Formats: sequence, structure tokens, C-alpha cells
Amino acid sequence: MLDFWFSWVILPLDSMMRLSTPLVLLALAGMFSERSGVVNIALEGKLLAAAFASASAAAVTGSAWIGLLAAIATTIMVAMLHGFATITHKGDQIVSGMAINILVAGITVILGRLWFNQGGQTPNLRGDARFQGIDFPGAAWIQENVPFVGSVYGEILSGHSVMLYLAYLMVPISWYVLFHTRFGLRLRAVGENPAAVDTAGISVVAMRYKALVVCGILAGFAGTYLAIGGNTAQFMPNMSAGKGYIALAALIFGKWRPVQAMMGCFLFGLLEAYAIRLQGVEIMGIGTVPVQFIEMVPYVLTVVLLAGFIGRANPPKSVGVPYSKERE
Amino acid sequence: MTDSYAIELQGIDKKFGDVHANKAIDLQVRKGSIHGIVGENGAGKSTLMSIIYGFYRADAGHIRINGKEVRINGSQDAIAAGIGMVHQHFMLVENFTVLENVMLGTEGGAALDKGKVAARAELERLERDYGLEVDPDAIIEELPVGLQQRVEILKALYRGAEILILDEPTGVLTPQETEHLFKILKALRDQGTTVILITHKLREIMAVTDHVSVMRQGGMVAHVDTVDTDRNALAELMVGRKVRFTVDRIAHDAGDVRLKVENLVVEREGVRLINDLSFEVRAGEILGVAGVSGNGQSLLMKVLAGIEGFTSGKITLNGHELLPTTTTSPLVVREMGVGHVPEDRHKMGLINKFDAKEAFIMGYHKSDKYNKGWLQDKKFIRQDTQEKMTTWDVRPDDPDLKTASFSGGNQQKIVIAREVEKNPDVFLVGQPTRGVDIGAIEFIHKRVMDMRNEGKAVLLVSVELDEIMSLSDRIVVMYAGNIVGELKAEAADEKTLGLMMANIMPDDVDTTVKESAHE
Amino acid sequence: MSSQRIPGWINYAVVPLANILMAFFVSALVFVYVGVDPIDAAKVMWEGAFGYSEGWGYTLYYATGFIFTGLAVSIAFHCQLFNIGGEGQAYFAGLGVALVSLYLGDVLPFWLMMPLLIIAAGLFGAGWAFIPAYLQAKRGSHIVITTIMFNFIAASIMAYFLVEVLKPPMSMAPESAVFPVSSWIPKMHDFLGAFGYEMTATPLNLTFIFGLICAVLVWFFLWNTRWGYEIRAQGFNPSAAKYAGIDPIKITLLTMAVSGMLAGFFALNTLSGDMHQLKLNYVAGFGFTGIAVSLMGRNHPVGIVLASILFGFLYQGGAELAFEFPGIDSKIIVVLQGLIILFSGALEYMFKPSIEKLYLKATGWRADKEEAQNA
Repeated sequence: MLDFWFSWVILPLDSMMRLSTPLVLLALAGMFSERSGVVNIALEGKLLAAAFASASAAAVTGSAWIGLLAAIATTIMVAMLHGFATITHKGDQIVSGMAINILVAGITVILGRLWFNQGGQTPNLRGDARFQGIDFPGAAWIQENVPFVGSVYGEILSGHSVMLYLAYLMVPISWYVLFHTRFGLRLRAVGENPAAVDTAGISVVAMRYKALVVCGILAGFAGTYLAIGGNTAQFMPNMSAGKGYIALAALIFGKWRPVQAMMGCFLFGLLEAYAIRLQGVEIMGIGTVPVQFIEMVPYVLTVVLLAGFIGRANPPKSVGVPYSKERE
Repeated sequence: MTDSYAIELQGIDKKFGDVHANKAIDLQVRKGSIHGIVGENGAGKSTLMSIIYGFYRADAGHIRINGKEVRINGSQDAIAAGIGMVHQHFMLVENFTVLENVMLGTEGGAALDKGKVAARAELERLERDYGLEVDPDAIIEELPVGLQQRVEILKALYRGAEILILDEPTGVLTPQETEHLFKILKALRDQGTTVILITHKLREIMAVTDHVSVMRQGGMVAHVDTVDTDRNALAELMVGRKVRFTVDRIAHDAGDVRLKVENLVVEREGVRLINDLSFEVRAGEILGVAGVSGNGQSLLMKVLAGIEGFTSGKITLNGHELLPTTTTSPLVVREMGVGHVPEDRHKMGLINKFDAKEAFIMGYHKSDKYNKGWLQDKKFIRQDTQEKMTTWDVRPDDPDLKTASFSGGNQQKIVIAREVEKNPDVFLVGQPTRGVDIGAIEFIHKRVMDMRNEGKAVLLVSVELDEIMSLSDRIVVMYAGNIVGELKAEAADEKTLGLMMANIMPDDVDTTVKESAHE
Repeated sequence: MSSQRIPGWINYAVVPLANILMAFFVSALVFVYVGVDPIDAAKVMWEGAFGYSEGWGYTLYYATGFIFTGLAVSIAFHCQLFNIGGEGQAYFAGLGVALVSLYLGDVLPFWLMMPLLIIAAGLFGAGWAFIPAYLQAKRGSHIVITTIMFNFIAASIMAYFLVEVLKPPMSMAPESAVFPVSSWIPKMHDFLGAFGYEMTATPLNLTFIFGLICAVLVWFFLWNTRWGYEIRAQGFNPSAAKYAGIDPIKITLLTMAVSGMLAGFFALNTLSGDMHQLKLNYVAGFGFTGIAVSLMGRNHPVGIVLASILFGFLYQGGAELAFEFPGIDSKIIVVLQGLIILFSGALEYMFKPSIEKLYLKATGWRADKEEAQNA
């Protein structure tokens, strides 16, 4: 019984925490950007860029924290490029987002090959170049001595890397910033009615750029976690594998609110954890599930989410529309 | 002394590409007065106000506030100079509360909650002092339009506006709400605030302003004291020639019922937006539907035109019966002999990026007339369009010109021409002269009357009471999805209609809608 | 507005040219960083693509693929739909082609196989676009995300089919068996050879002609039929389209079906025309490049054909480049592609005002100081 509990509930939930982390950060990043009116199809590219930057910087300097800084700096630059195209030049937001994704996919491999000569990967990291885990106090004792629930504390909550805890901390912080600060009020206003903000004397352009910076910072965290923050210790080409888009689906599912979006990310993480768990396992009547169908799960779920639960969620009103002062 | 002028403009000039929107404008507005600015659509009033408010920057000219020259490079500067603006289309965030909207931009600190306490106190004080009561925690999209406008005014006052500019404020108000607004404006004036009222409604200029400036085609053509002028004189100044305000109506008996609506109910997401409506329109008559916008008239038009479905009831269009279950579409309705001039030509009636000939076949593009087998008969389409443009005096009469390049009046002509030329028996017309200059208004009103005189059944929806009263044979008033009353045109006046539009029944009006008594 | 006085060729030729030059310029910087002289690189690419008939053959072969994926994206664009799923649609169409070829190729003659292959490719491609289209039309699900997801899903499904179903026993490679000859589309050099023209052997095949025909048909479809009229109306103004009696659901489905069908034709060029087997990831990014092609071609068939040739040049030249300079990564073409999308799609208006001003100055009109676009 205990074995079943551990193997089929605890461990998957534990995996879920880890698998959901980059999604949560990306969903929050997307939330700030979209709430200000900028559609963020470029999350995928930002993720990949951050992953590459953090892995490279950590490999070169030997410090994971410098990797994090490098990632944030990189994603802010990418965000600025995105902003330049969509805000200043009023380019189509989706097209520019796709352009960035393609650009980043290409550049990361080119630079990777050029600098590290490992076919696009960055070197495997060790020691300080990775983030260490944090064990909660008494975790081991509690897990051993408190049945069932003990392992919730010991396995699911404790023992993850520092980055993971930082990431989940971002959820309440984001909530506070969005709903209880001046910055958040103005940001949400820009997303709903930029003209109202303009006539109140606030620069719409500046607000959107700021939103993109916040988005960039969060994406930087996401990429760092993906590459060096969890169980992986390097960058591999295209390691983002669509997470940027999946995060968007979770965001839409969560109606652009921090806690609900996080729930959406958990849903993905949990399903992926179970899918991995099912690999190679015989199911009565079906046999083993082919590995290709297991790979498909997150993508199919994204489509199901977008089609099913939501119906028509209401995005911020001005999403996707570049702001220009109307003439009559 | 120049410091008796709250605002003085000297030589303000502004071009957009080739369009010379403001031509060396001079203007002097005395402190503590209500100053009206009139002009047709496109005369340049809104551009001028946008310059004063910092939305645009003038190419040349000076602005003086209380005698001091100021540079207004953005709304921040305007606000700092004591200028507040109430826009025609409200600048409100719909899902925020009143308090949040008023605070936006002057929150009083990065932490919102603290700022809210102080802001609330200040807002409540302003509401009391000026008689502009509204619940600070109400959500904007749940407020009626009149109250939303109050929030706009409060926003300006909250920022210490001494000069209040209102751009076409009464378009969305009932006559009674308009009266109330004017009371507030007069109170503001008496307390020393300067009010600039931009409008094309001459009746209002006469009612509330002290001075009037008239703009025409980008330039200022006159400054007068309101007591020294009247509607006709102003209209003449606005257009540059004498203007007729009434249309010829041939008295005749209406014919058969061409449009009949019985117990129509339209529900959306559990809310009854149209509630048990019944009326009919006969051949050769115009039924005017009055009401403040948002009371179901637009939805009614869309349902009749086949764009939206309905929940229960029966519609009979030109003898064809429509039930809620009938699959309806604008194509089907058109084939029944119905023409539809939509309320919003930009959003619905035309496609800006299409050229005129493509615009002319909208809604009829599937007909055999315009198609030869798989391909469209482009030659015929162009020829057909050219003829119609000439007949209807659409300028320039170029079928290959993009619709966006035509003026508002000409665009509306295209829409009306398109529908009329199909010779429908029933004609649904919504806000036909919105955003159209006086000259074109005359033309359009005459055409609508022609339709009626030729025996068509016309349903006219409009928020302009003048239009309703001058064109309709009978008038119904809608409020909250119901018809609250029906009048013959002769019996209607602004006061009565205004009360009905606010759902206050004057004693002498028949409030039960009679089934047709004519047999 | 003054855009009336700017002739069409400014928007359709000069502005795109400026965009491409900008993209090339930025790419040149990347070349320099990697340690290659961009001029040398350009020379090698040009030689490789156009310098000899073999180069031409490859260039046009690649161009054919781009024509299909570019047309696919453009049709959707005209309805304001962003079909990023060309990659998956082309990939899935390969399944249709493979099944028809393998199971009917031994039974039916060549002249019957050809139309069947076209139908199979078009049907499978359109089918793969159908679900995202339906979800967008009926449920408002963002078509960008769903089509991207379907690309991933297609990759998994095709991998499954290749490894578990179509792979011949005893084989290790994730490839199907070789298609029967009756399903092979004739190569250009063979075709021309039959008329006495000499041409080096290249993968270029008759699908190229089919591609050009499709471009012409798309032009007619969009601007000379009522369906194209409806698609464009819906794209410009959905409310007005509704008013005009256009059913948004039907038109979305139609647009995406046609789009998917065109993407599906890609399979004909690569599989029936060259590889004669279904291979893993045979689309190799051409679906995504279709986006760049469409944007650069201003979503117009003529522009798309030209842009396809340009990209064919980039691919063939790029292959030559990788051959000559082992240090160059083929990904640099991906970077160039991204830059072109960036400049042609997102920053397309960056140069427009300046170019228009220059034009106006050059033709003697007074340059206008402020367009309504500037703050």
C-alpha cells in the first residue's frame, strides 16, 4: 500500500513540482506581457535564449548564480528587441514573436557550436555551477516517521533546488505586484484601454516596455531552471520543446491570473509526470503505450485545454493591438 | 488684460499628410464662461481639442493659459496646466472600479492600498461639492452611461482642472440627462471653472453656452455671443450656405404590413436583452425607433437583419415567416427583400481596405449578376458601380478607390446606394447620418423619405431625436429591451420622447402598443 | 492620406528590398563574427545556386517546396489566420502519399497514380489543418498555439508510423519501403531529355510546374472568385463580413483547408519527386520557412514565387557554403530566415516612412513632416 502510494502519488507529485516550474515562470512572464497588451508568442525563444545563456555563463565562470544573471540579461535584451518591433514600430506581434523564436533557435546553436564545439550543447556542469538543493528542516525524520503525509513534506516539498523555491515564490509576488501596486494598476489599465492611460498622462509605450522587462526577468529564471536549475546540467538544442506555447495555454486556462495559471501549469506537470511514469508499463488490455504517444501528451493536453474548459476566456481588451493615437 | 482669458490660441496650425486639419486657428476663451465650439464632422474641432490636451502637437502656433505661454507636449503638461478633458468615447477602464479609474495616473505612491484611502476621501469630497454622486466601488461596465460620464468629469476635477473640455458629451444621454449635465456645467461655471463644449448640436449651444466659435473646414469662421445668434445663423456659418432643417413628407395612407414583429424575445447568457417586443411597419411609412443607445435597438436591428438569432417570438419579413429555429442569415434576409443600412458603417457597412466596387457588392457578392461560373464578372461589377456612383453623386466617382479614402458622407452614400439600388421592400436604417456633414445629411434624409414615398416600409433607428421626429410617421421608444410607448409623429415632442426614453411615462401617451387596428 | 500618391511599386518592391538588404546586412555581421568574409560567402552562395545548371536545378527544387508552404501561409493570412502548422500539415501529407504509393502503386498505372497522389497529399494536409481550424472557429482557441501543437503531435504520430508500421522488417532506419515506380513524379532532366535538352541530374521535378500552376490558381481564387472575396472580407473586417452574410465558421474552415492542402502538396515535390520513400523529418523546416516566404512575398502569389526562388538560392547557396567553409553552421540560414521574418513581417514599416519621404522629395512634392503614425 505504502509502495503504491509512494510510487503513484508521491513521486509523480514530486516530479510535477519540477516539471511545472519552468511553465509557471513562463506563464507569469506571459501574464505580465499580455496584461499590458503585448501578445507573447516569443516566450519560446526567450526560454531557449535564457537556457543557453545560463548554461554557457555557468560553464565559463563556474557559478550558477552568474548563469542566472546572464540569462536575465539575455532575455531582457530579447524582450527589448521584441518591444522595439511591436511597440515602437507597431509590427505585428505574432509575426515578430515567431521571428524571434526562429532567430534564437538558430543563433543558440551557432554560438553553441562555435564556443563549445559539442554539436550545440554546452558542457556538463558540476558543483557550484549548478544550483544546490535545499532540504527542509527535519525532512528525513518526518518522512520516515509520519506515514503517508510525511512523504508529502519530505519528498514533494523538501529537497528541491533553490531555483524551484524561488520560482514558486514568484507566484505570490506577482499577485501582489499585479493587484496591489501602482505599477500593476497601470499595467492592467494599459492592457484594457491604452487610450485611458494615455489621457491620464502615463506613457503607454513606457509601460509596455516595462512589462516586457518583467516578462524578460521571469523568462530568464525559467530558462535558467530549465538548463541548470533542476536535474539537467546543460543546454541542448531546442530543449524548450514547445514549453513557451504550453505556458501560454496554461495562462489562458488560468484566465491571466497568477494562481489559476499556476494550477494550469500543475495540470501539465502532473500529466507529464504520469505519462513518463507509464512508459514501458503494461496496461490491461492495451499493452505498453508507445513512447511516441507519451511524448505527445503535453501537446494534446494543450489543445484540449484551449478547446474544452475555457470556452471563450476574455483576454485583456487591447491584447495584440499596437497603440497609436487615433485620428478622428 | 489678457489674463481674463483662460485659454488663448494663436495661429494653431496642424496637418496630417495632405489634410490641413487646423488652419491658423485663433481662439479666446474667457475665464468662468461656457464656450461652445461648433462645426461639422471633419471641421477640425476634435483635432484642435486634441492639441490643447496634448494628444497631438501643433505644427505652429501658441497656446496661452491665463496669459502665460505654455508648451503642451503630452497629457501630463495639459493636466499640469489645469486642463481636463471629457472625451466623446470614454477613457475608462471598464473592469476597474470608479475609484481605480479616478486614481489612475495619480495614485499617490507605489503601494496601492494606502493611496486608495486618501483617494477615496478626496473623491467623496468632490462628489459632494459638485453634486456628482456615484459609488466609488462600482465597476464601470455595470454603470449606466450617464454615470460613466460623471466619472469622466470627476477624473478631470480630481486632477484640479480649471478648464474643462467636453467633446460631444450628449450623444449618449437622454434629454433629461442632458439637462442635468447642463445644470452641472452651469454650476461649475459659476464656481469659476471654464467650460469648453464641443458639439455639432446647435440646440445645445443655444441652451447652455455664453459664447460660440464656429469652425468650418479647418478654420475658425466666427466668434459670437450666444445671445446674438440662433440655430439657423450658426448652421449657415457651419456650412457656408442656407440649410434646410425639415424634409418634405407626402401625406398618404400606409399600405400593407411589410414587417411584423410579434413577442420577440432575445436572450443572451440568461439575460433578456429584448423583452416581448411587438410592432409592425407598413409599406409607405417610416417607423422611428427612439431611445438612448444601449437599450436594445442595435440588437433589434441585427436580429431583423439576420445577423443575430433570437430566442422566441415571430418575425414576418415581407411575408416570410421567421421563427427562432429558422436558420437565418443576412443572405437569406436580403433575398426576402430587405435592405440594411447598419448603424456603424466602419465596423459593419464597409470594409476600408476594399475598393468601392468591392464595397458595392457586399452582401450581394454571391448573386448570379456578379458571377460568371466560378469567376466574378469584374467588368460588369465595375460598370455597375460606376453607374451607381454617378447616380448617387458619390465623390470622387472612382470605383477603384479604396473606401477608406472617401469622406464620411460619401461612404454613407455608398452604403445607402448599395442597399437602395437593390430595391428592397423593407428598409432597415440605423443612424444614417452619424458622422456625416450637414450637406450630406440633407441628401440622405431626402433619400430615406423618397423610399417611404415610393411605398417601402422603413424602420429607422436613431439616437438623434431631431432625425426621428422629422422623418418618422410613427415613433416607438425603447427602454431596457421593451417598447415603452408609441406615438404618432405629430404628437411627439422632445420633452415627451425624452421622458419616455428614461422610462417615465407622461400621462398623455398611450403605453400599450396596439395591434394593427387597420384592416 | 498621402499613401494615395505613393505608387504601388514602392510598397511591393522597394520596401521589401530594403527589408531584405537589412536582413542580409545583419546576417553579414554574424558571418563576420564567425570568422568568414561575408563577400566571399556571398560569392560562394551565388556560384553554388546559379553558377551552373546543377545549382539551378537544386535551387528551383527547393523553391518548389517553398512555393507550396508559402502559398499555404499566405491564404491563411488573407483571412487574418496565422497558420504556423505548415510543417505538420506537410509532414502528415507525407503519410497520405506514402500509403497511396505503397498500397496502390503496384496496382495502378502512372497516369492514375498522379492525380491520386495529388488528392492524397491535399486531403491529408487539409485534414491536419482541420481540427485547429474548427477549434478556432467554434471555440476561439488561438490558432497559432494549436497549429504549433499539431506540428509536435504530427512529429510524434509520424515517428510512430515510421518506426512501428511502415518500416520494412530487417531495416534499422526510420524509413518506409521504397515507393513503386508508378508513383514517381518524373524528374525535370529526364523530362527535358525526352525533348532533346541536356540537363544535369538534380532533384528538380515536374512538381515545379504544378507549383507554378497553383500560384496562378491561388491568384484567381483570391481576387476573382466569390470565395476569395469572402476570405479577404473576413480577414479585413469580420463584423462587416457577417453583415455581408459571410459565415465566419465556414470561411475559417475553407481557408484552413485550402491552406493545409497547399502545404500538403509539399509532399509531392519531396517524396514523390525525389526521395521516393517516407523519411523521418523530411520536411526539415520548410514549413516554417513558408512563413518567411509569404511575408517577404507580401502574401501575393507573384511575390511568393519570387521569394521562393530567393530562399531556394539561400538553401542551395547555404549548402555550398557549408561545403566550402566547414566552420559555417547550416543554422545560419535559419538565422537569416528569422531576420527576414523580423524585417519583412514585424519591422516592415520601419523603412516605409523614410522611403516614402525620399520618393516624395525625389518627385518634387514637399515632404510631409508628420504621418499620423508618429506620436
